[in-house]
Amino acid sequence: MYFVRDLVSPRTWLAFIHHFIGVCVGAVVVWIVVPGLVAGALGLPVAMIGMPILGTTLRFTDWFARAERARFAVTLGERIPDWPAGTRSGYRLRLLPRLAKLSERATWREVSYAVLRGPLSAAAAFVTLGVWAFGLIMVTLPLFDWSLPGGGFHVGGRTLQETKAVFVAVAGLLVLLAAPQVTRGLAVADAALARRLLGPPGGLAARVAELELSRERVVDAAEAERRRIERDLHDGAQQRLVALAMELGRAKARFTDDIDAARDLVDSAHAQAKAALTELRDLVRGVHPPVLTDRGLDAALSGLAARSPVPVEVHVDMPVRPKPLVEAVAYFVVAEALTNVAKHSRASQAKVVVEGHGYPGTLTVIISDDGIGGADPNGAGLSGLANRVSGVDGRLTVESPYGGPTIIAVELPCSG
Amino acid sequence: MLRVAIAEDSVLLREGLTRLLAEAGHQVVAAATDAEELMRAVETCGPDVCVIDVRMPPTFTDEGLRAALVIRDRWPDTGVLVLSQWVEERYATELISGSPHGIGYLLKDRVADVSEFLDALRRVADGGSALDPEVVAQLLARSRHPLTVLTSREREVLALMAEGRSNSDIAETLIVSGGAVGKHINSIFSKLGLASGEHGHRRVLAVLHYLNGVTS
Repeated sequence: MYFVRDLVSPRTWLAFIHHFIGVCVGAVVVWIVVPGLVAGALGLPVAMIGMPILGTTLRFTDWFARAERARFAVTLGERIPDWPAGTRSGYRLRLLPRLAKLSERATWREVSYAVLRGPLSAAAAFVTLGVWAFGLIMVTLPLFDWSLPGGGFHVGGRTLQETKAVFVAVAGLLVLLAAPQVTRGLAVADAALARRLLGPPGGLAARVAELELSRERVVDAAEAERRRIERDLHDGAQQRLVALAMELGRAKARFTDDIDAARDLVDSAHAQAKAALTELRDLVRGVHPPVLTDRGLDAALSGLAARSPVPVEVHVDMPVRPKPLVEAVAYFVVAEALTNVAKHSRASQAKVVVEGHGYPGTLTVIISDDGIGGADPNGAGLSGLANRVSGVDGRLTVESPYGGPTIIAVELPCSG
Repeated sequence: MLRVAIAEDSVLLREGLTRLLAEAGHQVVAAATDAEELMRAVETCGPDVCVIDVRMPPTFTDEGLRAALVIRDRWPDTGVLVLSQWVEERYATELISGSPHGIGYLLKDRVADVSEFLDALRRVADGGSALDPEVVAQLLARSRHPLTVLTSREREVLALMAEGRSNSDIAETLIVSGGAVGKHINSIFSKLGLASGEHGHRRVLAVLHYLNGVTS
């Protein structure tokens, strides 16, 4: 039944049509692209003539590639992605900016596709048609034999016997049943080839998907960070300053009648002002401490270690300073991890180890504590960290069994 | 009375500092807006002490720090008190490199506690040192040696020594007798294997050297 269903399946017949459209399209295109390229190349010494011809031909192949991607989607349901923006560009041809396309890998793949389209489709159509035709002819052979007056059908000068005719008919049936598989198999092979020539390299496609995801995460992380800063400013320094202004206002009012009360209020306002300063400083340090830019990660970690209520041991072994972005992410990871240690771990000791392995290479940051464990890698804090890390193509792993210890390890690439 | 030169690019703070110092009976001989102007002022006025902001034009990174190093190099008798919105152990180490003689490094906030700030300024002008408690906390956190051998009180005393405070000052801060402080200090020095009997900036240097390998 399976085979019979394939015989009438739209997929089979769309593939069948696909091969024949390919023949027609290929036959036309090859006569545009090949003469265009040859004429263009020959005309190039006379730049005025060659350049527009080449340019137009390449624009045509580009357009053809897009049309073919659409055709594959319609007839075979095969989505071939276009090259992602910015990945096509090859060498910059200063002298011939209009022919920059010539240096693109994508262009030459499209050109070879345009040239190969005709022959390949012709071969596929030939095989497909042959299989179907042979099958039909062989199946109908006994019928044919029977319909002739007197019987006896001559194949190659010999009379076909009845038993053999049945045998041929059965063989024909088998061929016919295999025909949809052949048709579709060829279509699959065709699609694979088109994917290779018209689509971006496989690794690139996967990378694009990955980058799309990580970009989204980084944007989310940045947005969450902005909200946190807004909240911190609002709940912290801003409130302090309001209280400070209020107290100074009250002090002003009391100066004439109750100098002692006024003095107390000024004392309190003084304390508020200092607290506001401390809060602002901590906030800025959490965002991006200036020392990180000026002196690097090692120097910046001292501030984090000193501010952590849980004693922190810091080991840094980094022969070369990584990129500022990598440093910033590493700093953020340590800051957030140490905040978590202080808030949730009930640890008595924490350790930060930063190691740089060559350049280009990786920067490893490991934050461990002797606390109770049970940190949730999908919680807001840790997933936010993972997002920041993925933004620079890094990797974050969290090991935190109940009962501890917790180990957060981050690998950040620092190439180029 | 001290003769003070100020380098601070923010008008608000420059004026504030000038008034604060004048009210305390000191003389502000120069109020510069950047490091170059400060150098010229030190050259011509010869102040006892300079109060320098770390971040100043043109790059707003560590101009003040570099100016401080130049001043201590060329005019060793001039004290240098560096103020900053953030204090960092690394900057302190660079600033002290060699000797904490006549060097101060404090958070700007400390100016708000006027009398303590003036004490620190006096100490620096007299060739002592004044390190911010936050810097000292960082130095302790990044200590090359484990400080677990010390009791918590001894750690407090060690921190105050690193800040550059005198024994009597330490006694006053911790509300203990001068004799008790002396005992703590002896205990610290013997536990850490440091030569005892050092005083003033040599003692600060010994402590800093022990903690972070500040070169002597």
